[in-house]
Amino acid sequence: MQKTFRIGGIHPPANKWSAGKAIVKADIPSQAIVPLAQHIGAPAQALVKKGDKLKVGTLIAKAGGFVSANIHSPVSGAVLKIDESLDASGYKRPAIFIDTEGDEWEEGIDLSSEIRRDCKLSPQEIVAAINQAGIVGMGGATFPTHVKLTPPSGFKAEILIINAVECEPFLTSDHALMLAHGEEILIGTSILMRALGVSKAAIGIESNKPDAIALLSRLAASFEGITVVSLKERYPQGGEKQLIDAIIRRQVKSGALPISAGAVVQNAGTAFAVYEAVQKNKPLVERVVTVTGRGVGNPANYLARIGTPLRQLMEASGVISHPGKIISGGPMMGKAVASAEIPVTKGCSGILILSASESKRKQMRNCIRCAKCVDACPMGLNPTLLMNAAEFAAWDTAESNYAADCIECGSCSYVCPSHRPLLDHIRMAKGKVMEIARSRK
Amino acid sequence: MIVTAICIVGGTGVLCATLLYFISKKFEVAENPLLAQVQEALPAANCGGCGYPGCSAFASACVKASSLDGLLCPVGGSDVMAKVATILGKTADNVEPRVAVVRCNGNCEARLRTNQYDGTRNCRIASQLYGGETGCSFGCFGYGDCEAACTFGAIAVNPSTGLPEVIESKCTACGACVKACPKNLIELRRRGPKSRRIYVSCMNRDKGGPARKACDNACIGCSKCVKECAFDAITMANNLAFIDSLKCRLCRKCVPVCPTGAIIELNFPPRKEAAEAKES
Repeated sequence: MQKTFRIGGIHPPANKWSAGKAIVKADIPSQAIVPLAQHIGAPAQALVKKGDKLKVGTLIAKAGGFVSANIHSPVSGAVLKIDESLDASGYKRPAIFIDTEGDEWEEGIDLSSEIRRDCKLSPQEIVAAINQAGIVGMGGATFPTHVKLTPPSGFKAEILIINAVECEPFLTSDHALMLAHGEEILIGTSILMRALGVSKAAIGIESNKPDAIALLSRLAASFEGITVVSLKERYPQGGEKQLIDAIIRRQVKSGALPISAGAVVQNAGTAFAVYEAVQKNKPLVERVVTVTGRGVGNPANYLARIGTPLRQLMEASGVISHPGKIISGGPMMGKAVASAEIPVTKGCSGILILSASESKRKQMRNCIRCAKCVDACPMGLNPTLLMNAAEFAAWDTAESNYAADCIECGSCSYVCPSHRPLLDHIRMAKGKVMEIARSRK
Repeated sequence: MIVTAICIVGGTGVLCATLLYFISKKFEVAENPLLAQVQEALPAANCGGCGYPGCSAFASACVKASSLDGLLCPVGGSDVMAKVATILGKTADNVEPRVAVVRCNGNCEARLRTNQYDGTRNCRIASQLYGGETGCSFGCFGYGDCEAACTFGAIAVNPSTGLPEVIESKCTACGACVKACPKNLIELRRRGPKSRRIYVSCMNRDKGGPARKACDNACIGCSKCVKECAFDAITMANNLAFIDSLKCRLCRKCVPVCPTGAIIELNFPPRKEAAEAKES
């Protein structure tokens, strides 16, 4: 039997329409909008001013703290302004606007397709290179990678887990990347192993991607310590804690870091970005974005520069005139965006365009106590209890029932036959419980 | 037969009563007699506006405190606090009555929708996901968290404007709505003589251009009101004007100079010019 995580989980239809399609280079945008907060943690601090000439890969904003990330120019051209720009949720955040002129890269960046396998750098040098390149978790969580590679004292990583699960329906960006750059991902994995000082790595891939499993298994034979694990299709297997459970059968304690179970999880896209940063000296200026859904004529995987407006990619894929909803990310954990003018950021793995009819929420009805949400919750929580607690502002009940452990996967809302917005309420309770816990300190 | 039963039941009753009497004497909790009197004086609304979890907790805090400074029942205001002070033989500050004002005037006509939200109609949930359905991410959602939080029925969302309205006669300034609003749009202001008040009904901190584009009634930070005010009551910070209700002399000169009508005057008699124009 194939491995998977032990608690809860659901299996929504995969709808991976863009699977198997090669990565297409998207046009360079005429104006790139580069937000200063593309990662979890402190926003980066702009280093450029209006009129500055930039090349692709020029450092334009430096990390605003340890948990933060550098940002490099994704296009060559001149800085138009540093101003507020809409983010995915419709709030205004500072961003650097760059008018594109040509496509000139910084010197020292290796743009050849030649594969460089040997890495002689020390772990410190690798982490420094990753930090310099501004790499963050590419699966969507956007946690700065160098922080994850620097475990807090007292913890030691035993295994590196590469998350190539892509359990979100519709999305195929990691799949496309694995088929196109399998060897680079494996080299990136071995570099990450070196940085962490571990001898074992496991690449978790769901069984709905047999071509990627076959390719990586074949290539992994020549890499010491790397195994490819085929996993049963199950959402949310790409969750850090679920993936650790699926592969090494260990559970992370409530409130603890995954490193406490001896595992560090990195996304396959992150491994590729690490390869490019360490071996090619190329900062994170572009990423693979899946554009898919019933609202586009031609679902595709694009290699897009950071800062490309979503509209441009949607038009390249033939978007319908009145889409119902535009979602940044997948249908389960992605966020509906307030405007199509927002740019692609480091964590944007896909753009899902739903038609008007499928994007409507259904009418909420009363809870029938069927406990489907309890069965579905991968964290072993009681979603219906937590929703009630949130509705009645019973934050102590929410806290004692581990609202803060919710990973916001949305499985509870997905299975609810009464269409109750469980996750919406639990997210509110989680925010409130964490706020109370912080104020107690 | 029946006599035996009456004796047994009656005897048990008498025995228990005696026992309970002595136990209650033995374990009696000495309660300050003032506590009951103070509780009697309080409005018993249990709204939590004082910061304590109900009127009895507030009463015991009043009894225990050495002075009544910082203790205020917003519902009862100065009158109730004066009564409490007399009971306890302490002095209470004379606190000016306050009232909640909603600092958003982006009604449906002024603030056009830019997107649609079909999630849970709850302001706090929506604010975690979105800046709102309009171009102004500072403005009111209109889903009525304030209405749900108010135990006095003093605030309600008007469906025609999509904005909450405060019913002044019912508002006790307990501050429940202030805490409920995720956008921090509700402010407790001095009620003012004859309930007359002037305030900036906007919280948009964007620069003038974007603010105006998002909402016709937005404060655009032009500072005209600051220049007009003779009493230094208006300050401008982050492209947003604020009128200090303690300094404001209610001269109303700032209201007509505001190009967007973001400054609101309440409960004033009609202006002279306007009244004359009406007559002629």
